[in-house]
Amino acid sequence: MLGLIIDIIVYIFLIIGVFFSFLAGFGLLRFPDVYTRLHAGTKCTTFGSIFITGSVIILGLKMWYLGSADGSVLAIHTAGALIAILLTNPTGAHAIARAAHKSGVKPVGAVVDGLDKVNGKTIKYQKEKMEEKK
Amino acid sequence: MIAFIVTSILCFVIYLLLTTGSGTFGLWSLEEILLGIILSLITGFITRKIFIKKDFRMLNPIRWLIFLVYIIGPFFIGMAKSNIDVAYRVITGKINPGIVKITPDLKTDLGITLLANSITLTPGTLSVDIDEEKNNLYIHWINVDEKKLKGDTVETKYVCGNFEKWVRRITE
Repeated sequence: MLGLIIDIIVYIFLIIGVFFSFLAGFGLLRFPDVYTRLHAGTKCTTFGSIFITGSVIILGLKMWYLGSADGSVLAIHTAGALIAILLTNPTGAHAIARAAHKSGVKPVGAVVDGLDKVNGKTIKYQKEKMEEKK
Repeated sequence: MIAFIVTSILCFVIYLLLTTGSGTFGLWSLEEILLGIILSLITGFITRKIFIKKDFRMLNPIRWLIFLVYIIGPFFIGMAKSNIDVAYRVITGKINPGIVKITPDLKTDLGITLLANSITLTPGTLSVDIDEEKNNLYIHWINVDEKKLKGDTVETKYVCGNFEKWVRRITE
């Protein structure tokens, strides 16, 4: 009976995870520019991964509880992968967004652009240099 | 000396986590434990100055407890809200983006890193750049509320709720 309940929880987690991962891919196709695409690419994949890895952890704990030492390996290593995803996903998104703005990609349809004051001059300078080389 | 001990113990714990299920001595085999001790002592000796810079503020277990509560409570709720929000915007396509500046009053590098990562994973916001002298963050906001703008600056509470208070509680 307990095993059945745990299996149902695992299936629900998998469905939620797959749904949000699907939304992430859909958002990548639908949004107009780098920054809004990163919104879809970071938040939805992280949330989806939390639920997918969560279901694997629950399954591992169940195997461990039923007396298989392999379950502990599964649960603990997946938890490590989850922590790595939580740390690296926002950092990678930050790096991509920063690089995009420094190389002159403007946010499409932006109401304000506070960073333009900071990066605008260097971008102009780089463009002039590029034209001189040509 | 304290930096060396802390780094070694952390390395050893991570080594143990990665080698679970290898034997009968608890969950580990004796060889793995011995090799783990030797390797973590060497690693601790080499990286102690990189890992811990000046202060030992984060050694306080109460801070780690608050950090866990923060991750499980407000952070996870914020993340769930953010995902439903992004799902709505993916399906309907209603966006009003812009890059705004916020001025969080945080001094430590760890605090600003934690806040920037929290902001990236929560409602409609993505940290783009940082002013390293004044610790100002530039945020790409997917649904800019133009009434709350002052020039290009927005008060921190409109962007990330009470995360600033939580981060200050953890790191300062």
